[in-house]
Amino acid sequence: MLAVERFHHAYMPEQLVAANISFDVKAGEIVSIVGPSGCGKTTLLKALAGLIRPTGGTIRFQGKVVQGVPDRLAIVFQEYGRSLLPWTTVNGNIELPLRYQSIPSDERRRRVAESLQAVDLSGFGERYPWQLSGGMQQRVAIARALAYQPKLLLMDEPFASVDAQTRADLEDLVATLRDRFGITMVLVTHDIDESVYLSDRVIVLSRSPSIVLAQVDIELPRPRDQIKTKAMQQFVEKRSEIAQMIRRPVGREAHH
Amino acid sequence: MSTERIRIDRRSPRPFSAIQSFAVRYGLGIALVIVWEYAARKAGSIFFPAPSEILHRAATLWLSGPPQRLFLSDSVFQDVIPSLFRLLGGWALAVLIGVPLGILIGRSRNLCDLVNPALQFLRAIPGPALIPIFIILLGTESTMRVTLIAFGSVWPILLNTIEGTRTVDPVQLDTVQAFRIPRHARLWRIVLPAALPKIFAGMRVSLALAVILMVVSELVASTSGIGYRIQNAQIMFLLTDMWCGIVLLALIGYTLNWLFLKFEGRVLGWHRGARGRTATS
Repeated sequence: MLAVERFHHAYMPEQLVAANISFDVKAGEIVSIVGPSGCGKTTLLKALAGLIRPTGGTIRFQGKVVQGVPDRLAIVFQEYGRSLLPWTTVNGNIELPLRYQSIPSDERRRRVAESLQAVDLSGFGERYPWQLSGGMQQRVAIARALAYQPKLLLMDEPFASVDAQTRADLEDLVATLRDRFGITMVLVTHDIDESVYLSDRVIVLSRSPSIVLAQVDIELPRPRDQIKTKAMQQFVEKRSEIAQMIRRPVGREAHH
Repeated sequence: MSTERIRIDRRSPRPFSAIQSFAVRYGLGIALVIVWEYAARKAGSIFFPAPSEILHRAATLWLSGPPQRLFLSDSVFQDVIPSLFRLLGGWALAVLIGVPLGILIGRSRNLCDLVNPALQFLRAIPGPALIPIFIILLGTESTMRVTLIAFGSVWPILLNTIEGTRTVDPVQLDTVQAFRIPRHARLWRIVLPAALPKIFAGMRVSLALAVILMVVSELVASTSGIGYRIQNAQIMFLLTDMWCGIVLLALIGYTLNWLFLKFEGRVLGWHRGARGRTATS
């Protein structure tokens, strides 16, 4: 589905963010990318989306090298308040990307209604995004991605700006949507608990200039449960394994 | 250039009755007119006629026409309507030039850097200073006055449009790019709506400027218009007529601003709502 080979990115010649990152994502997987802040997680995600061109390496999506934004790829940003357009309604926001896909209007309306239902927001279509709470707005952003019917859904810290309870609900929602629609998901997060809880695999990046420190398979049973899963021995082990990888180098080089 | 609007927060802890809210909004204005009336009568100066006298004279000047013309007098057709046409024509021209040009310049960083010094320089020219040259080039008819109004009032629109177009949220641009929304659609669906609050702020400042420029243009080498009437009345020592013109101008400025705010409220309802929410949350 997605293949990253020797990804390398520098914003300026002297400012190397990512040194050498390679990994694959299989169809239907949920993969999280974690790493210390400033390690280029968001840069990597933007490159996966074709929004920036990496200075080195190749990214293949469905076998084709990514040059520009590929088709059937959707993205959910952390800043839902800025990613949703305030001048149009929830329906308008979800429908906008579909208008340019030569999809007939009744089909568009059906997709909007279905995706709103999938995120449990039926009846909110005529509201404006700013009339909704943060968690609801992020659900609208997810609905917009779903209506687009992507093969791959990229999420950049999608739950970082909402409160803890909403965050847990959104995590479970995302897991459900994967099971229901079989969408492959790549999630960038700084929250180790979240990455272990949601993912089939966690890719741990080093400090910048970053490399892949490890790929940790998470074989927790599904469906997962916020309380039971997080109490499991395996969850606790994986979490501390990843946490140690991320923190160890930081402690050593913190004040250089 | 960005224009800050002062908005009075009308939400109060206890709801006003209709009479109270009317009193709060218009009470001071009414009180001032009463004081003016009283003071003017007391002073008896021919330079400062009482409001009632001005109103009476204004009715004779402008509302003494035949019923089939809605009682409007010849002066309305000779002076008031031409003035309004010049004002709105010049302002509309400023909008039609300022908005597209502003979007064009704002969309290109290089173009923006290239033309910015020239724009800032041109903007610094006070419009009325160009009247002499405009008279030579365009004569003394309405064309000259409309051109002057357009030239003088285009700057807030142009500069605000550039600013608004340049400061579109990068997350919004990333979003539309990620969803493969084609370029031509990005302009209409993202850039223009995102810049619209700033464009409207510029248009409102320009409207006030256009009123000023309309009057100034009519003070020079003219034979009609409200500005011409005011000056003519002064020369002929018809001081009440002069005051009538001044009050009429205030009324025109106030009404245009009010109409514009109504229009803005319709078009930019989302912006007020979105701003209200982010301010309280």
